[in-house]
Amino acid sequence: MHVTRGFTGRPRVSNAGLPPGQYDAGDDWPVLSAEVTPELAPADWTFTVDGLVAEPRSWSWDEAHALPASAYEGDIHCVTSWSKFGVRFGGVSVDAFLDLVRPAPEATHAVAYAHTGYTTNLPLADLTGGRAWIVWEYGDEPLPAEHGGPARLIVPHLYFWKSAKWIAGLRILDHDEPGFWEQNGYHHRGNPWEEQRYSGD
Amino acid sequence: MTETEPTKTFTPPTRFAVPGRIAVNTDTATTWQRATLTEIRRETPRAATFRFAVPGWHGHVPGQHLMLRLTAEDGYVAQRHYSVASPPDDAGHIELTLDHVEGGEVSGWFHTVAKPGDTVEVRGPHSGFFAWTGDRPALLVGAGSGVVPLMSMLRHHRARELSVPLRLLVSARGPEDLIYASEYGAETTPVFTRSAPRGVPVGRLSAAQVATLLADRPERGWEAYVCGSNGFAEHASRLLVAAGQPVDRIRIERFG
Repeated sequence: MHVTRGFTGRPRVSNAGLPPGQYDAGDDWPVLSAEVTPELAPADWTFTVDGLVAEPRSWSWDEAHALPASAYEGDIHCVTSWSKFGVRFGGVSVDAFLDLVRPAPEATHAVAYAHTGYTTNLPLADLTGGRAWIVWEYGDEPLPAEHGGPARLIVPHLYFWKSAKWIAGLRILDHDEPGFWEQNGYHHRGNPWEEQRYSGD
Repeated sequence: MTETEPTKTFTPPTRFAVPGRIAVNTDTATTWQRATLTEIRRETPRAATFRFAVPGWHGHVPGQHLMLRLTAEDGYVAQRHYSVASPPDDAGHIELTLDHVEGGEVSGWFHTVAKPGDTVEVRGPHSGFFAWTGDRPALLVGAGSGVVPLMSMLRHHRARELSVPLRLLVSARGPEDLIYASEYGAETTPVFTRSAPRGVPVGRLSAAQVATLLADRPERGWEAYVCGSNGFAEHASRLLVAAGQPVDRIRIERFG
């Protein structure tokens, strides 16, 4: 440990929900997308699951909304070191989509891709079991465009760059295929509790 | 069950599949190194530049950032991402320019406690996405301390006497808030949002200013780099798109 002379830091909070190296952003919700925020209307939004699945399929806005509603209530963690507590996202569980397309037995990973072309890779196990959602509500309001609206993926147990904004689809694979930030030096999995920020962490 | 290939290749409507500009060295990205503060220079009432000796620094490309951490006696750690302000040629040294953020535990330490001889820890550089190697014509658009990574590009351009076109639009509240004011030359257009010298208009970055720059289009077009608050980045990137800059040639780095 290398102590910085005279550094005390902000008052300590005992918060078991705060992963190592993170701070509570409070009411702030920073926007960090690297691309231009797209003008994407719900009517033009589609969500597709293809690749190693029995029945590849696309959903329109209305078709996706017809699936059973599911919400995430909890915390989110960004690799730039802020965390945000007690948020609520409303949408549909990724399980609901995968149950319909039926991933092949050999499927192990997925690439999530956005309507902007942004990509991020995830083990299938991180997308299933009620741990990932396609969401269009933040609180009780429509998800704002700069936060990924009309709809984004959320995988809240991983750093938030995995939660692709403006989600367009999941391609199911039998191998890991690094996405946008992963090709730029970020960790392939991004577990905040193990501080997997960069490749090699 | 049948194994199916993707039915068709997805073509994103806005083609943002922009690759990073350079490969990132995993070893330097994950190893914490000691950085010794050697100099503090005031830039504006709110911002100062901190110069560090980092003997193990492996170099960076203009536009890249690093992660910096401070550790308290009880082991409490605060870490933040900061863009590197200095050009890559400054062997063994890096400079960061930090705003004094209200209530900021890290910037607060730098602005009120730090003095030459103090040591902190850094790792990096990180991310090839916002990097500029000096290869493509660069249209740089920044606001406030968002000018920091762009300044590394401008300084690199000058140090190497590069002939590739480079233009900088930099927005500040007033002349006294303009970071690096004495370093700008003919390549730079300052934009003042609250107060300006006599004869200079006051107001937000305008469509006309962006259009003027874009009209001066080099043969291979501009690679646009936008850095600032989210509000500024949204505003500036919309103006760029409206003026005809291709979406897949706009790279954005937002504060946060």
